[in-house]
Amino acid sequence: MSAELVAECGRAGKALRVRGAGTKFEWGTPAPDPEVVVSTAELDRIVEHNEGDLTAILEAGVPIARAQEQFSAAGQMLALDPPLGEGGAATIGGVIATGDSGPLRHRYGAPRDLVLGMTVALSDGTVAKSGSKVIKNVAGYDLAKLFAGSFGTLGLILQVVVRLHPQPKRTVTAIGRSNDPDAVARGASDLAHASLEKECVDVRWGGGEGAALGRVGGETAMEQAEAAARVLAGAGLDTEVVEDDFELWAFQRDSQRSSDRAVMRVSGRQAELARTMRAAESLGGSLVARASLGISWVTLDPERIGDLRRELAPFPCVVLDAPRDVRASLDVWDAEPSPLAQRVKQRFDPAGVFAPGTFPV
Amino acid sequence: MAHDLIQKLREACGEDNVVTHADQLRTYESDGLLRYRVTPRAVVLPGSAREVQAVLRACHEAEVPWVARGSGTGLSGGALPVEEGVVISVNRMNRVLEVDLPNQRMVVEPGVTNLDVSKAAGPTHFYPPDPSSQIVCSIGGNVAENAGGAHCFKYGFTTNYVTGLELVLPDGELIELGGKELDRPGYDLLGAFVGSEGTLGIATKITVRIVPVPEAVRTLVAFFDHTSNAGRVVSDIVAAGIVPGAIEMMDSLAIEAAEGATHAGYPSDAGAALVVELDGSEAECEHRFQEVEKLCEDNGATSIRVAQDEAERQLIWKARKAAFAAMGRVSTHYYVQDGVIPRTRLPEVLERIEELSKEYGMPVANVFHAGDGNLHPLVCYDGHTEGQAERAEELSGKILTACVDAGGSITGEHGVGYDKKRYMPRMFEEADFDAFQRLRCAFDPAGMANPGKVMPTPRLCGEVPGPYRQHPLEAAGIAERF
Ligand SMILES: Cc1cc2nc3c(=O)[nH]c(=O)nc-3n(C[C@H](O)[C@H](O)[C@H](O)COP(=O)(O)OP(=O)(O)OC[C@H]3O[C@@H](n4cnc5c(N)ncnc54)[C@H](O)[C@@H]3O)c2cc1C
Repeated sequence: MSAELVAECGRAGKALRVRGAGTKFEWGTPAPDPEVVVSTAELDRIVEHNEGDLTAILEAGVPIARAQEQFSAAGQMLALDPPLGEGGAATIGGVIATGDSGPLRHRYGAPRDLVLGMTVALSDGTVAKSGSKVIKNVAGYDLAKLFAGSFGTLGLILQVVVRLHPQPKRTVTAIGRSNDPDAVARGASDLAHASLEKECVDVRWGGGEGAALGRVGGETAMEQAEAAARVLAGAGLDTEVVEDDFELWAFQRDSQRSSDRAVMRVSGRQAELARTMRAAESLGGSLVARASLGISWVTLDPERIGDLRRELAPFPCVVLDAPRDVRASLDVWDAEPSPLAQRVKQRFDPAGVFAPGTFPV
Repeated sequence: MAHDLIQKLREACGEDNVVTHADQLRTYESDGLLRYRVTPRAVVLPGSAREVQAVLRACHEAEVPWVARGSGTGLSGGALPVEEGVVISVNRMNRVLEVDLPNQRMVVEPGVTNLDVSKAAGPTHFYPPDPSSQIVCSIGGNVAENAGGAHCFKYGFTTNYVTGLELVLPDGELIELGGKELDRPGYDLLGAFVGSEGTLGIATKITVRIVPVPEAVRTLVAFFDHTSNAGRVVSDIVAAGIVPGAIEMMDSLAIEAAEGATHAGYPSDAGAALVVELDGSEAECEHRFQEVEKLCEDNGATSIRVAQDEAERQLIWKARKAAFAAMGRVSTHYYVQDGVIPRTRLPEVLERIEELSKEYGMPVANVFHAGDGNLHPLVCYDGHTEGQAERAEELSGKILTACVDAGGSITGEHGVGYDKKRYMPRMFEEADFDAFQRLRCAFDPAGMANPGKVMPTPRLCGEVPGPYRQHPLEAAGIAERF
């Protein structure tokens, strides 16, 4: 159905936007309303859950929360925990298309790392698949990586194969607090480099104080968390070990979104964490970050977007959430389109109908 | 024309770095898969990205196809030269440019070996993808093949560790994709390049992520009467939510060969050997290791050897890593494939391999990455008897069919290259190839980069279709397209 609608738009040259649950529909460069919205709401089947193989096949419109329930019943998880938006509605297709991720990325990677195969519909009517349903495969080009994070500008994602992981039996979190950004950054870095195995290593900063957090898992989670707390204490942080840690991480996730301020995703580096926290602080903003990966989400007043970019140059600062008029007044992507990316776009979307004007191509 | 090109290559890289003498060209006739041989017109060894640019520009102008080459250990004929084409060896570009521990990154040239990358990260950090060929194979070749290794079930593959690439496109343009930072805005062209088997351009600089060395490592090898017992252990380990650093299986024939070559102390009458390595936090590792031992016992292990120190651990691994090379003791020739299956289908696929082995009267040894279902069936044959090589190949093809029928793949880490392109239609359909070709055409519209590989049939790139225009008949309301 939706593949046919795409083909029809391609033939008629009608601009279209793909919509999952619409939780990130505003992201990207604001563009005129599309002529057609292709909804993935009906693509809502969990096609396979292969417990023994730790894989699953999901149609693009499956809400992640629903899939997780099923995986969880088998002691498994899709290690992808971005904020799921209003009502926890975010779909697997939407999260993959935006390349969104949460704290678990520390250990398990981003959507690109968890997608094993993908079926897409292109604007000239082609329906094609790449990858496979096994966790290891190098036959053919890895087109799923190209489509992950492409914001629905290359084609419609119909179905994906994802890799699953066992859910740790228990998780415990070590948290270290301080009002000194250097100490927080040092603690997080020391933990990132420690030989302990971590599920997540995050940082938060806001209102003059911050914290480094390390989550560990498994049968011996408590022992490991105590070891992690010692690392954080060594950096001069005020530490605590938290057994019931759900809320701590819900806060990290939720801080990646804002309904009234601007949220910017900074592609930075681990060693720049303290500088990033200071910049956020000086502009009246707050931050959460994946410490070892160097990615931060800074929330601030929309008027300070340009200031943050100046402070953190040359690191790209993409505007995710912000009022539409603000996003229309600046380059949300902070990036120059490349001729190669343009050629890719032309080849995959020859009709030029997929979300024109919303992405840096 | 030909002479002109060679002259240009010499100007670009220096006289000494252009090989045209027949004897010397022979070294480059094949990669690790010696079955196929093609003599190139010339081999050029650029020493810098600039020189690679000059070489590709010259080839582009002369419309001469080329093949990049790292260490030539590939097992799918990926670096097999193109008839009358140029081989571009990046071996001279072998410097570690930067070890940036604070940011957990390294920047290297493509000719650095996999092992040297990991060594430069040590002793506190390491680079996880560890192909068995790691002493020799190049990081550039790893990027092109998306190489895996024993530790990839837990840690992931090359593609999960490359964060930045400098590369030269087939028309000579130098571009950068990604960097030390993640999630740069724009398409993940880097993700599409990794595993592209030298068909999109030449990587001239590679930025990788490195991770801290785990606190503890515990290794054991357990022996069983039959692979089905070992297979059940693997399933039980996964069902228990344990993610081993590595989990590798060998069958009786592979054990016999490896033991003969290494004297690692594997009982030569064992039906199966299972190497299990756990790593991570000390407490967790210790706890779960006991569980693994118990699962081995429960499934009828005839004996279990636990490495007491690093030397013993190395000995356990020595037999596993030598398995390929050791096949020479059992058979004059062998043919290796690396099909993948969903792990739960292991018993039936192994049975099918046994059946085929009997039917063809050719022993098949099995060595595999059991965690991710990546088989390495080694088909033994007598290459001196006419027709045997062809029959071995036929048998291998049937094994790959069994893998695909079970829902798997024709290759887990060696790549499609030249050897397996004919099997691609077993996994993909025309529309899928069409989508692959779009990517290829965006990078290499003239088709000069490693042509004749990956795709089952040669394809050309048409012009990019322009934006849709309404046909005059439609405009006039005479015809419509729906
Ligand atoms: C004994 C043995 C064991 C092996 N074990 C494993 C294993 O465990 N896991 C595994 O994954 N593989 C394994 N391999 C296969 C092989 O080692 C890998 O595929 C390796 O990545 C190839 O690297 P190379 O430098 O030898 O590349 P080559 O063989 O020289 O080239 C391979 C491909 O890469 C392209 N290429 C090379 N350099 C570049 C560059 N700079 N830019 C663009 N393209 C380039 C070539 O054109 C070719 O298509 C094994 C091989 C042998 C012989």
